[in-house]
Amino acid sequence: MRHKPAIAPNIPSVSADPTVEVTMTVNGQTVTRHVSPRMLLTDFIRHELGLTGTHVGCEHGVCGACTVLIDGRAARACLTFAVQADGAELRTIESEASEDGTLSELQKAFAECHGLQCGYCTPGFIMNIRAHLESGEKLDLSDEGIRDMISGNLCRCTGYKNIVAAVRKSAQHFNRK
Amino acid sequence: MSTRQFGAKISRNIDPELLRGEGKFTDDIPLPGALHAAFVRSPFARARIEAIDTSDALACPGVVAVYTCDNIEHLDRELPLLIPHPSMNNARTQRPLAREDVYYVGQPVAMVVAVNRYVAEDAALLVDVDYDALDVELDMEKAILDDAPLVHPSHPNNIAADFTQVSGNPDTAIAAAEHVTKLRVQVDRSTAAPMECRTVAAWFDHVSSELTVWDGTQAPIGVRGGLASLFDLDEDKVRVIAPHVGGGFGQKVMFPYADEILVPYAAINLGKPIKYIEDRRENFIGSNQERTQIHTIELYATKSGEVLALSDDFLHDTGAFIPYGIAVAQVASTSIAGPYRIPNIRVRFRAVYTPTVPVTPYRGCGRPQACFAIERAMDQLADELGIDRFEIRRRNLIRDDEFPYARDGLLFADGLQVKHDSGQYLRALEMAREAIGWDDFPAKQAEARAEGRYLGLGLAFYVEGTGLGPYEGGHIKIHPITGKVYVNTGLAGQGQGHETSFAQIVADQLGVNVSDVIFREGDTGAYDWGVATFASRAAVVSGNAIYKAAKVVRQQLVEAAANMLEAPTDEIELTDGYASVKGTNRKIAYSTIATATNPLRYAFNEAAQIATQFAPASKHDGPPLAEGQHPGLEATDYFSPSCATWAYGVHAAIVEIDPVTCRVVFHKYVCIHDCGNMINPTIVEGQVMGGLAQGIGGALFEHIEFDDDGNLTNANFVDFLIPYATEIPDIEIQHLETPSPLNPLGVKGVGEAGCIAVGATVASGLADAVSHVSGSKFHYTPVTPDMILEALPQGTAQPPD
Repeated sequence: MRHKPAIAPNIPSVSADPTVEVTMTVNGQTVTRHVSPRMLLTDFIRHELGLTGTHVGCEHGVCGACTVLIDGRAARACLTFAVQADGAELRTIESEASEDGTLSELQKAFAECHGLQCGYCTPGFIMNIRAHLESGEKLDLSDEGIRDMISGNLCRCTGYKNIVAAVRKSAQHFNRK
Repeated sequence: MSTRQFGAKISRNIDPELLRGEGKFTDDIPLPGALHAAFVRSPFARARIEAIDTSDALACPGVVAVYTCDNIEHLDRELPLLIPHPSMNNARTQRPLAREDVYYVGQPVAMVVAVNRYVAEDAALLVDVDYDALDVELDMEKAILDDAPLVHPSHPNNIAADFTQVSGNPDTAIAAAEHVTKLRVQVDRSTAAPMECRTVAAWFDHVSSELTVWDGTQAPIGVRGGLASLFDLDEDKVRVIAPHVGGGFGQKVMFPYADEILVPYAAINLGKPIKYIEDRRENFIGSNQERTQIHTIELYATKSGEVLALSDDFLHDTGAFIPYGIAVAQVASTSIAGPYRIPNIRVRFRAVYTPTVPVTPYRGCGRPQACFAIERAMDQLADELGIDRFEIRRRNLIRDDEFPYARDGLLFADGLQVKHDSGQYLRALEMAREAIGWDDFPAKQAEARAEGRYLGLGLAFYVEGTGLGPYEGGHIKIHPITGKVYVNTGLAGQGQGHETSFAQIVADQLGVNVSDVIFREGDTGAYDWGVATFASRAAVVSGNAIYKAAKVVRQQLVEAAANMLEAPTDEIELTDGYASVKGTNRKIAYSTIATATNPLRYAFNEAAQIATQFAPASKHDGPPLAEGQHPGLEATDYFSPSCATWAYGVHAAIVEIDPVTCRVVFHKYVCIHDCGNMINPTIVEGQVMGGLAQGIGGALFEHIEFDDDGNLTNANFVDFLIPYATEIPDIEIQHLETPSPLNPLGVKGVGEAGCIAVGATVASGLADAVSHVSGSKFHYTPVTPDMILEALPQGTAQPPD
């Protein structure tokens, strides 16, 4: 097989899509980009901003892997266009640990309870649980209550038992604060 | 470390980066200027392609290339048959892009490359393919009839393989039997559905002629071999990296998928990095699946319940192609007698082509089907003979003193004789009986029945041949600067915690912290001897290879330290990264030893000053590196198992049917499990628990549905029901640790264990729950609410308000 093209092909670098300006606050920092109106928020976060901790599991809003906080509420970034988040305040998994990389109590609880295996769904779980912890609502920390809290996120590795334990552990810490 | 790390519950080394969102999955790898691929896929289960017109797609702004079978040069060929076997005649494999015919809905027909995925998908819709649809038959039992439409005209009756294995003398044993029980059971189609779909990215450096491929695969070395062969590149010019991989469960051990060769091809062809990130719908219709088998099993027994012979004849759905050979069916056929003595076995299977997504292993790989067949049969035999379900098993289980227990004539998926190497089957059954509360159960069930409730106890035993060869390697090196221990192996991880389990093995040998072991796998640029991650083999095969290599490095450390500290080797202790002389404060850091054992010219740091050839300590006669010696502290070793090692376990559950919704409620679920010595019980339990959850999905929810035309009608997570946390009960796991005699660590595999027995356990429990009102035996999984409704007396189930 020929491994070198004779003449480098003329390859376009951008699509013909029109672009619009979007500005939002992501993990405390204001960002402005010009993007296609059909760009998904997942692609915006991951590939425009380079924050690849937000994962894409199903692209139809069922698995929860892409969960981020939009104005404090857990939301599916795969079902959101970047333009819809114009003016919003976003938080992604990259905001969860402190600047020096120290894990949050929630992240520590996941590690201590072995609440993750492949780690692909984990950022979505963490952001969803984070929204609950900060919601100000009284949390139901019964087994059933926790399972209900995380029932918008699919995990294919753990069987959930250890995630339930991690939520309980971190919520107790949160309640003490 | 003074505390033994092997066997300790240690948090995983990999977790912090994954938790911070700093994991590096394929689509996270920054490839500036990358183009993106999308596929045109067949909308027909079987059709002739009359014409393909790509002109509109090519005219789409932002499109760079459109590939069909006509412009992929030598790649327009049938892909390799990965595992040949004489039972197959002219085994059919897929072409990367369809030529003239399509064989399943989802088969790749063309690949579009564009500036981004959005444009690539736009253009894929503009590829105009003219199909002439052909008749199809999806039902395996009809597909083998003489007048059925053929998937491949080359294969009459759609038979891909026909294979019979015999152990003992079944005919004689059958003639002597006093009782026969016969049943037909079916486990239907499912899919692995890893959270990260399959992914491929490739970059060809035209200056160095090096191809780098990032591939979410379980088999990077295999992919590398395939690519080097197909592209006629030296193996050293192809580097395949399986970065973090978001679950595999078997689906990602298959290679090459069309994208795995077309993406590198386009990267070479266009001189640009190319990415293909499969979406969820494509994962359903384009990535391999497993499970449908229809078994007709017969047990020939004495009146006291001793099973003398087993006969099983099953159909195995292999989908449209059979690229992985008969592996799944062979594992099922050799696991069919489960944990039971049954000395006489005849098992035949026919693998059947159906115009559906190809079938290759999914976690369990034939074992759930075999377990379902034998365990439902044991329940039926118990019922027919009036013997308690635990008791009939007790009478047939292989006793402790009978190990190793070989089944002459049955060859496992490694081509070697089935030999149950060790176990405590009777004790495991007893533990399950106690844990589930069998003695109290009849009273509870009677009470429930008096209240009109449906309460049942389910039971199933399983065995799992694990840790197949041929071999894996382990490479260990102590770094001279940091003193950290670097460990490599050739297979790849998808969340199993290899980095931690293997670090525990090394930490014990070398006296370092688990967190100071830097582990790398799945990168042919780092280490390229070995096979892949499948068949619950990583801990057994790579684990023991790493153990052997660690022992060599330990010896090197001790000898070098003894020399440097001027003490006998038996007085050297290795602790916390230092070698010391017992009972003294004389010690020396590994980094210093590693540097000193490497004759240097340049003094790049303080430790290096004593290792340069001009340093007084280095002065000696002869060459600085003696003949046969190699520099530093480093070793490679391999482990090649003599045959598979057999893990096992027992599941028991108390289930209740909700008569309103026909939902199954788990009151208790216990799992007794034995995978030999446990390296890290936390990780073992995680594997078992995850497998159990997949098993519950397979028992009750997850079902790939095809319509009569072969369309996969539930190719999404809304309709294909993976359990959420709300569907999975809290499960009690208890361990036995019966060491395997087949490897130095005494370990057995655990990856697939959890899922194997769940279908059989649930069906057993449901049949028991309705046994007073219904003859329903639940010989099919997944069990749907409709099936439960049918099993209840008419008028019992109440429609929800």
